[in-house]
Amino acid sequence: MSRLNLTVNGRPVELDVPESRYLAEVLREDLRLTGTKIGCNEAECGICTVLVDGTPVNSCVYPAFKAQGATIETVENLSTDGQLHPLQQAFLDHGAVQCGICTPGILMTSKALLDEKSAAGEVVTETDVRVALKDTSCRCTGYQSVVRAVLQASGQEVPPYIPETRAPQGEVGRAQPNPDALAKITGQARFSDDYEFPGMLHARTLRAGVPHARIVSINASAARALPGVHAVLTHEDVPGRNRHGLVNIDWPVLCDDKVRYVGDAVAIVAADDRETAAAALERIEVQYDELPPVTSATEAFDAGAPVVHEDWPDGNLLKHIKVAKGDIETGFEDADVIVDRTYRTPTVEHLFLEPECSVGVPAGYDPSTWGGDSDAQAKRGERSVHDKTTVYVGSQIPYQDREQVAAALGTEPEKVRIVATLMGGGFGGKEDVAGQIHVALLAEATGRPVKMLYSRQESLLFHPKRHATVIRIRTGATRDGKLTAVQSTIYGDGGAYASLSEKVLTRATTHASGPYDVPHVKVDCLAAYTNNAPCGAFRGFGVSQSCFAVESNMDILAGELGIDAVELRRMNTLDVGSVTCTGQTMRESVGLNECIERVDADMRDDGFRWSWEEGSSRFAWGLAVGYKNTGLGGGAPDKATAEVGLWLDENDEPRAEVRTSSAELGQGLPAVLAACAAEELGLPRDRVAVLLGDTDYCPDGGPTTASRQTYVSGNAARYAARTLKKRLAASANPGSSLAERVAGAVSQGIPTTAQYEYWAPETQPLGTGGDMHFAFGFCAQAVLCEIDMGTGEVRVRKVIAAHDVGRAINPLTLEGQVEGGIVMCIGYALMEHFIQEQGRPWTNVMARYSAPRIAHAPEIVSHIVEHETADGPFGAKGVGELPSIPTSAAITNAIQRATGVRVRSLPVDQDALLRAIREGEREIELGWGDRESIPFVRFKE
Amino acid sequence: MMAHWQHYHVPQTVAEAVALLERYDGGARVVGGGTDLLLDIAQGRAPAPQALVDPTRIEGLGGIGREDGFVVIGCGATHTAINRNPDIVAHGTCLAESSGVIGGPQVRNVATLAGNIAHAMPAGDGTIGLLALAGEVETVDASGRRWRPLADVFLGPGSSAIDHHRALLIRMRFLPTVEGEGSAFYRVMRPQGVALPMISMAARLQADADGTIAAARVTIAPAGPVPCLSEAASDTLVGSPAGREAFEAAAQAALGSLSLRDSKYRASRAYREEMVRTHLPKVLSVAAERAAGARIEPWGEGK
Repeated sequence: MSRLNLTVNGRPVELDVPESRYLAEVLREDLRLTGTKIGCNEAECGICTVLVDGTPVNSCVYPAFKAQGATIETVENLSTDGQLHPLQQAFLDHGAVQCGICTPGILMTSKALLDEKSAAGEVVTETDVRVALKDTSCRCTGYQSVVRAVLQASGQEVPPYIPETRAPQGEVGRAQPNPDALAKITGQARFSDDYEFPGMLHARTLRAGVPHARIVSINASAARALPGVHAVLTHEDVPGRNRHGLVNIDWPVLCDDKVRYVGDAVAIVAADDRETAAAALERIEVQYDELPPVTSATEAFDAGAPVVHEDWPDGNLLKHIKVAKGDIETGFEDADVIVDRTYRTPTVEHLFLEPECSVGVPAGYDPSTWGGDSDAQAKRGERSVHDKTTVYVGSQIPYQDREQVAAALGTEPEKVRIVATLMGGGFGGKEDVAGQIHVALLAEATGRPVKMLYSRQESLLFHPKRHATVIRIRTGATRDGKLTAVQSTIYGDGGAYASLSEKVLTRATTHASGPYDVPHVKVDCLAAYTNNAPCGAFRGFGVSQSCFAVESNMDILAGELGIDAVELRRMNTLDVGSVTCTGQTMRESVGLNECIERVDADMRDDGFRWSWEEGSSRFAWGLAVGYKNTGLGGGAPDKATAEVGLWLDENDEPRAEVRTSSAELGQGLPAVLAACAAEELGLPRDRVAVLLGDTDYCPDGGPTTASRQTYVSGNAARYAARTLKKRLAASANPGSSLAERVAGAVSQGIPTTAQYEYWAPETQPLGTGGDMHFAFGFCAQAVLCEIDMGTGEVRVRKVIAAHDVGRAINPLTLEGQVEGGIVMCIGYALMEHFIQEQGRPWTNVMARYSAPRIAHAPEIVSHIVEHETADGPFGAKGVGELPSIPTSAAITNAIQRATGVRVRSLPVDQDALLRAIREGEREIELGWGDRESIPFVRFKE
Repeated sequence: MMAHWQHYHVPQTVAEAVALLERYDGGARVVGGGTDLLLDIAQGRAPAPQALVDPTRIEGLGGIGREDGFVVIGCGATHTAINRNPDIVAHGTCLAESSGVIGGPQVRNVATLAGNIAHAMPAGDGTIGLLALAGEVETVDASGRRWRPLADVFLGPGSSAIDHHRALLIRMRFLPTVEGEGSAFYRVMRPQGVALPMISMAARLQADADGTIAAARVTIAPAGPVPCLSEAASDTLVGSPAGREAFEAAAQAALGSLSLRDSKYRASRAYREEMVRTHLPKVLSVAAERAAGARIEPWGEGK
């Protein structure tokens, strides 16, 4: 321990801490200033930025003693005397806050820029903002709102960018910041790692480190003997079911007979601190008998391929998914032109900027036992007495977590409680259980709270990714451009465990003929078990993959037919009355043609050209369209329950709270739920609070996936509010106010809380030809790319997008979904690849995985199309995934137009592209990170 | 994060720093901004030392100034400070340019050029600007201080002639470009997950009043185990009239003498060769224009 003197947020502090401390650790752990977040410990993501003597630094790798004597500013110091800093106000107004995990770092980096420019008497330019924020990442917003907010905060007139939508109806349709945004801009928002329970232990996980092996023996005795270690658990210590999984229960809680990927959990340790827990891991001896790994979906079914799950009856075939419509032979006989290509998409990492963290609290925990304060009134958090095993976690599916934790503990779900903390991004990557089960086991084993925080590197290694696919697709059309047939075979790499592979790849399959009216379709998808990282949910959910293939083929077809690419699409779009490839008749809410019209009109402004040259660059437009189901579909029961409570506050004014377990990932669900309930109750929205994700206090809203929550939980909140309002009206005088009705109900003993279990319209299983889904969102995106013909570098300069969302409930958070989704898909096209070699990730640090930074974020022009769906709340359908679907194909279509080179593997490799340009090649098969050409795919009979 | 060192020293004088290194007798390691070294330690690529000795706050070594006709850069100077220093922008432009594109702003605000040199990476996009300027470095250890050419420091990938357990790199210097001289830097990155350039190039040229090249230093990296000076390119340039023909010939000469390599995930050899062929002439052209007195804004982010 040594003496460290700092001035932190204007206050002198003196601490005795080890000299090995980093500044972020001193701030978060010693000073409990948890507004500063840690995203990578690699100086890559920048979210830990604080100011040292006014200069932005990455506090996660800044030695605390390097700051000896310095003045430190953190996000907690931004607002003074309750007055928000102009940056904070601008971030609120512009919706530049989504999940909020990066917000403190972005705010502090921006503050340094504003201070510097203001001291120099200079105007802040957009370039200044982009240079200053170059390495401060945000995975949610797409940066446009951030740039505009910083410019506004610098004193310029830059209004929030909010697309035009239908006039508001009361609280619905009004642009409003998400209610939790205020806590996120002041550093008060609490994510899982910000919880610190008295008596808490720290846990680590021993991971396999080998992709495929039989476990011969595990010896943990040396680890158990290490001082400071409180528990070491292996599969023998799991009291209940040693498997979990969202669809198939095939994923070991702790591996017993085999390990199937390098990130597999073999043992878990709880100790006084993370260092001791790590030291214990090194003392666990595991003997493996290594097996050859299965390393790709296309090789998984080869004769003699190693088998990943010996107990699975179909070998490495996780699922064969089939879609058929009409007669494919006839379809190709009717075609004058047939385009037949094979495409490849990479494994992709969510890179949510908050690594996974769970805190388990044992049943019977009383903080006063460990020197903490105990508050009998506290319902959750560090001061509350916990009567059940409780897990604090940012999770997309709290009730399923509860079920899976209970199964592993060997107890009833009702004896477990999940408390949702804020989530620093999810994007589908926080659906499978991560440490939830492990901390519950360790908490019960030690009788103490236990925190399991994954490092960025462990998060990369462990969690399910987006499926890599190889897609062969054959598209047939008549000479005048009418599609006659689409045939496709898709190989999807599901990785070591099933996760949501079946669902994801079903979506890839059912969307594999695009949003087009095609008479004859045949699609086969083979989902494979391999020894790669498991793959599961990821925004776009399989459709991002198949859309790339579909929309690439459409542009090739347009070229071969000599028909304008927009016109060819327009001639074939789904519309009301069309029948999808699964046999579903579209009865309403098909806004695709309007999306195309809006984008096309905007793109073809005065002097429009598809492509042109400027200096050493070529510019070109590319277009793609997409669609995406709202809701689970396929016959799955799709329901959400919400509860609405009303009471009178100290001024006798009515206030309401909406409660449901549905998750907020940063997408803005609380604002939507508050608007839906407020509109029904006739209350202003700021009088409606929202509580999410506490399984003891919130009814089940179901999984936050499939772009479903606005629809299902929005409806549940709305109908619960309506039920409550009717009940109060029934016992009140006509003409009485809501306040009088609440007071009257209380005095008569009438409950002022109502629940509503909302069931979405019924859907039918795939293959039955009925309604596979109850709604679809549609979109069109035109992308302007600049290709540096000297280096092959590709830049997206502008995106014009139109999204049919049914009804915009909150245009501000909606636009955040659009911009963030588009930029995420730019990353898919140009940057992102989680590379695995022989089952081992080359991408083992964040420095080897780039996702879009502010430099990659283009100008986005957004049109909102509102073709209402009858059963959606106020006509709304889902938008969460839609924007992340067509951008990649639009980009490669633009590249083709600019350079003559068709790129068939993502992400686009400027090295391969430049060489193709130089050598006159017309198509390339190597994306960045690919070592071999796309494998040959035979159509499945 | 793990505890990786027990002591973090911030000496105030060179003597104190040298004494500390002596005292630890090999158990201490010199650290600058730490943005490479601390990650190497955390990720197991470098052993954890008992103590870190941080010389960036030593009196007189934090800044940039002139001495004996040289531009002298202290070991505490960050890449941000170098990038923004008017003297370096005007008289060591390629170094200002190369210092402005390393990492992001937060990294450049703490990472030092001295640390970058000591790290001795073959890509050396920070160091090749100084190498083109014919930079020198001053080290100090128990036996005293000495200046030596920068080129002599690099021994191999990640290996330098400075014993970072016993010696400190305390200052760097170069002779500023004067009338008739100019320098330039350029690099090509890819957007994917490799935080290193595909290729970097820097040049310093001196031209006579009639436009004949009198002196040239051309550096390219990665083009071998250490940041590389292409003597073939320099030889081709000297005596030729500054212009496209000479610059293209220099690029050809560089290609003939360098060992550009295929590196998995970073760049193919063919791509690197193409970059040298097409972009080295551009770098030389900018340097020559600057030598002829043209005011060309430094290249960098946002440009």
